Amino acid sequence: MRIYVCVKQVPDTSGKVAVNPDGTLNRASMAAIINPDDMSAIEQALKLKDATGCQVTAVTMGPPPAEGMLREIIAMGADDAVLISAREFGGSDTFATSQIIAAAIHKLGLGKEDMIFCGRQAIDGDTAQVGPQIAEKLNIPQVTYATGIKKSENLVLVKRMLEDGYMMIEVQAPCLITCIKDKTIKPRYMTLNGIMECYSKPLEVLNYEALKDEPLIELDTIGLKGSPTNIFKSFTPPQKGVGIMLQGTDKEKVDDLVDRLQKKHVI
Amino acid sequence: MSFNSADINSFRDIWVFCEQRDGKLVNTDFELISEGRKLADERGSKLVGILLGHEVKDIAKELGGYGADKIIVCDHPELRLYTTDAYAKVLCDVVMEEKPEVLLIGATNIGRDLGPRCAARLRTGLTADCTHLDIDTKKYVDFLATSSTLDISSMSFPMEDTNLKMTRPAFGGHLMATIICPRFRPCMSTVRPGVMKKSEFSQEKAEVCQIVMRHVELSAADLKTKVVNVVKEAKKMVDLIGADIIVSVGRGISKDVEGGIKLAEKLADAFGNGVVGGSRAVIDSGWLPSDHQVGQTGKTVHPKVYVALGISGAIQHKAGMQDSELIIAVNKDETAPIFDCADYGITGDLFKVVPLMIEAIKETQNA
Repeated sequence: MRIYVCVKQVPDTSGKVAVNPDGTLNRASMAAIINPDDMSAIEQALKLKDATGCQVTAVTMGPPPAEGMLREIIAMGADDAVLISAREFGGSDTFATSQIIAAAIHKLGLGKEDMIFCGRQAIDGDTAQVGPQIAEKLNIPQVTYATGIKKSENLVLVKRMLEDGYMMIEVQAPCLITCIKDKTIKPRYMTLNGIMECYSKPLEVLNYEALKDEPLIELDTIGLKGSPTNIFKSFTPPQKGVGIMLQGTDKEKVDDLVDRLQKKHVI
Repeated sequence: MSFNSADINSFRDIWVFCEQRDGKLVNTDFELISEGRKLADERGSKLVGILLGHEVKDIAKELGGYGADKIIVCDHPELRLYTTDAYAKVLCDVVMEEKPEVLLIGATNIGRDLGPRCAARLRTGLTADCTHLDIDTKKYVDFLATSSTLDISSMSFPMEDTNLKMTRPAFGGHLMATIICPRFRPCMSTVRPGVMKKSEFSQEKAEVCQIVMRHVELSAADLKTKVVNVVKEAKKMVDLIGADIIVSVGRGISKDVEGGIKLAEKLADAFGNGVVGGSRAVIDSGWLPSDHQVGQTGKTVHPKVYVALGISGAIQHKAGMQDSELIIAVNKDETAPIFDCADYGITGDLFKVVPLMIEAIKETQNA
């Protein structure tokens, strides 16, 4: 059994975000991290590896420096990694991206017992689309929003979260599962041994040449030009005017606030 | 049957996928039908809802009351509960035959599972979690004039453009992007719950809405997943989206998590029937369950009063609350970005300030 874990390197948008004068994101000023939901997918895969000894392969599409992230995941316990990287793939939307990743996994081989794990969504785009679209291209079943995964033979039992509860879903391998953060999933750290060995483990780079003849790729719907969706306009929302900072001691500030709220008939 | 997503002139009408759970329509259905009506009027086309389920014919009419001209009902025992396999098969089959120009889906946990699967099968684009939609370019330009920092007067727009213009927050809400899907149909969008305004229900419109039952073909070979059981969590449901008063807590409660949440609850009660929300840090730390999360990855709220306690105001949080009618922020750090969007800011320790607030509010109510 082999588990492919699809991961993405993203700018950390949880802190202060820097924007260039032209309105685009200043990525250079922000830390690059492993997408948080992907950390859950990695942990779920490594847990299954602990239990069954299966092979875990980290897969990403991105610019060459994403190799660093893949080495980190190997240091956490993955066996090997695949970096899909080509200028022709740049600017791909989710439809285009999923074709390329599906083609790469198809080329590497998806066996009867194999599974693909993804994070539910990435914090830079927040689309949650690439996982299900990979599953569709590979014609395998999907389960999204997973917090628990158990496997016996080819049968996989998944806990799938809903807004007001959860479903237990039984699915046949090969399948694709997207994982979310949950307090029961604690992503592990890199080990010292892992760090020592991570550069000696296999890391394959798949470029345009390697994938362009794959049957799952349509060359006219990949990259910036081919992607079905395009950006029509991008803009920054106007900042709401800065309000009033109340002054004085805590008591004075609170009394002032309550007074103002009363005048506005809020209370 | 020939279906070619690139033959864009053969596609007509605005469609809404109407979700049901336990045989009941969900709120996003009414929001999307109301929004869909607006788009259909801009395009001069029909608004059609498509409802999948089992024994759901009787609930379909209500959708007409919000503006649907027609509801297509796909009824089958295998559609009673949502499964990706069955729903994607049925929805795609009908879409391939009827060729709608636009297909809107609520961005719920179910919609965001179904949407991308269908878009990939239909070979078309999908825009996730949209917060604003336009077809008419003039209306879109008016929207930009009030909701962006762009200098509209110096720009030119293709006024004849009839693509659906789908606007959504990107990069944690710091940038807004308007996306189009010009070469393929249908134009697909998942729409964030709680953002589109539900219109007034009209019994008259509900009466004239056409209900069409559609034959469904599903075989065992189509179903590779099985729902073993569904568990409703007994926890108290928080209705952040519908709340008038929200008191949210952030990392600032870390020195006494339980005490901080108690204070927020008491303050919410003092304002009257408020609910407690949390920032991403609070949810990620497991201090509050995820249905309390406000922000880009959580819920978008616009209550009458939003109180932010110990929340620094990361862009991703602001994206979910900055449209609240009145914002009050309490934070120790006077440079916290939350103060940039607050109407009233108090620099101070929330554990000292909030008890004073509760007391002062109660006093005015007793006076």
